[in-house]
Amino acid sequence: MTPKTLYEKIWDSHVVHEEPGKPALIYIDRHLIHEGTSPQAFAGLKAEGRKVRRPDLTFAVMDHSVPTTDRTLPIIDNDAKLQFDALEKNCRESGVRLFDMHSRHQGIVHIIGPELGITQPGQTLVCGDSHTSTHGAFGTLAFGIGTSEVEHVLATQCMVQSRSKTLHILVHGKRPKGVTAKDIILAIIGKIGIGGGNGHVAEYGGEAIRSLSMDGRMTVCNMSIEGGARAGMVAPDDTTFAYLEGRPFVPRGKAFQEAVARWKQLRTDDGAQFDMTVELQAEKIAPQVTWGTNPGMVTSVTARVPDPHDFKDLNDQKATESALKYMDLKPGTPIVDIPVDRVFIGSCTNSRLDDLRAAAHLVAGKHVAKNIKQALIVPGSRGIKSQAEKEGLDKIFTAAGFEWRDAGCSMCIGMNADVLPPHERSASTSNRNFEGRQGKDSRTHLVSPVMAAAAAIAGHFVDVRSLDVSSVE
Amino acid sequence: MEPFNTHTGLVAPLDRVNVDTDQMVPKQFLKALTREGFGRILFYDWRYLPGEMPNPEFVLNYPRYKGASVLLARANFGCGSSREHAPWGVKDYGFRVIIAPSYADIFYNNCFKNGILPATLSEEQVEELFQRTEKEEGYSLSVDLPSQTISDEHGLRYKFEIVPSRKEVLLKGLDDIGTSLQHAAAIDAYEKAHAATATMYDPVDVKYYSNGR
Repeated sequence: MTPKTLYEKIWDSHVVHEEPGKPALIYIDRHLIHEGTSPQAFAGLKAEGRKVRRPDLTFAVMDHSVPTTDRTLPIIDNDAKLQFDALEKNCRESGVRLFDMHSRHQGIVHIIGPELGITQPGQTLVCGDSHTSTHGAFGTLAFGIGTSEVEHVLATQCMVQSRSKTLHILVHGKRPKGVTAKDIILAIIGKIGIGGGNGHVAEYGGEAIRSLSMDGRMTVCNMSIEGGARAGMVAPDDTTFAYLEGRPFVPRGKAFQEAVARWKQLRTDDGAQFDMTVELQAEKIAPQVTWGTNPGMVTSVTARVPDPHDFKDLNDQKATESALKYMDLKPGTPIVDIPVDRVFIGSCTNSRLDDLRAAAHLVAGKHVAKNIKQALIVPGSRGIKSQAEKEGLDKIFTAAGFEWRDAGCSMCIGMNADVLPPHERSASTSNRNFEGRQGKDSRTHLVSPVMAAAAAIAGHFVDVRSLDVSSVE
Repeated sequence: MEPFNTHTGLVAPLDRVNVDTDQMVPKQFLKALTREGFGRILFYDWRYLPGEMPNPEFVLNYPRYKGASVLLARANFGCGSSREHAPWGVKDYGFRVIIAPSYADIFYNNCFKNGILPATLSEEQVEELFQRTEKEEGYSLSVDLPSQTISDEHGLRYKFEIVPSRKEVLLKGLDDIGTSLQHAAAIDAYEKAHAATATMYDPVDVKYYSNGR
């Protein structure tokens, strides 16, 4: 038998219908929806007189626009409220499970999928959100889709798709202390560029990936899309199975053992061919900081802001010039000399327990610097929030001058009140530093949670390797 | 969906690589309930000054590009967020065709759901079109999907590649869902065959999933 990649195995087991020269119809095992990209899909469905085919395989949550402050107060953003109401109504009418903003399981869609065990190895999973690649950490084929495709999946529980090319990303060796999953993925994007993975599904491997916790693997897969790859995966192993066991939607007892036996087959066969391979050495990766307006504009904390003339390509020169102007940075400035106004630790990239524990350890007994106007901690889910509170992390953060908030997408996208004001600079653990992403004319630097925490204490970027980073998972 | 066959129109050049969908439709406009009206806010932060005054420095506000329906762009166009609001905006603004050396996957896919042709040419060809657009006021291009060609009035003629199935979707204005539902029997059969391993474990403790305070 021809050796297959993990992607090919999952693909092959989900083909419902295929004709030569045409995209295949593939089955979707789990469909996650949220308030932002689903109302038009339900409206389209209704207009055509169609029904949700598998409400039991569809899960809804409110996350993009939810307030991270007191939710017993009325929602003052009327447009957001209309979206919440629409989601509630659509779920009620179609029988889709909804974790609304008051549910104790509410959280960012890509956090609660794995947390509740909705996400499982070998599945296909889609959501109208590009960071759906997160779920690939479980050996799940997961990708973001547009609203028309959301409508298609609601109606058919299938997707029309062509086979992707495959990209193998190997990170060899051991991570130095203080270097996190976030630094690994930023270094990968820095290497391949933000369009480098276009048309590909990525599979991550190598010792540095294998040794990551599930939280870390999710961080890596989450940002696959920032390198252009619509999906990114890690083959499931004992770390994966241990994480899943006992989670609400995961099979139990004998059924769990049978599932694990199946999941163990989900690995790329020896000799299977990838269309492209990229290799990195973990030892050479330093903590990363973005300096520009896309995640590929990234460098080491020990480096300096680049000069447009450092780039050969004319388009890159122009892009760098425009990015530096937007970011108000001068070429040659040491990264550690860049002051920060606000710190955001949150988002589907970095708001899990590992992230919060590591950040809390670093700020314990210290206080945010005087020049920091706001330091936000936004747990990815209410489940994470409650566990963190059990561990006393909230107390550590608030004593250090951070605000401890309720779960949601928050300042990663700024659709609620958590907006980065114009011309202010953030150290943010989120995934996108696009112009205006966190707020109009705001300036985002993407970093790991420990790097963000350290920047909050120092008031500017610092190399966390010089600090006590023993808590980094 | 509106079928696409041929189109001739004024070209507007957007000379930037890696244009992301956050720029096309910023987050504050993602709270809509319908697919309409996104043309007005397309490229909002670039296009408008405070008070929604048109920014005279933004290329789409140059009088010479008023009424453009062909958008000339650079590599990796449409990267980032999956928001379909971006192609809704592109279409509603009046663009029927985008020409670029490459596109981000999700955006590319979303174009076909909305009757927009995202044509791919080489970096060199795109550069040539940028130069011609810059040089000649009123420069327009004719795009012929059946023959997969882009041509101007001066004899330039480029062939572009497109997957035959995607071409068919645009030419016929096909409704994907309708087409897929023709395979309802295959979907039923798939579900039946995989029922044993696809069991949804419905946990007792999240039975009251909503409002479970």
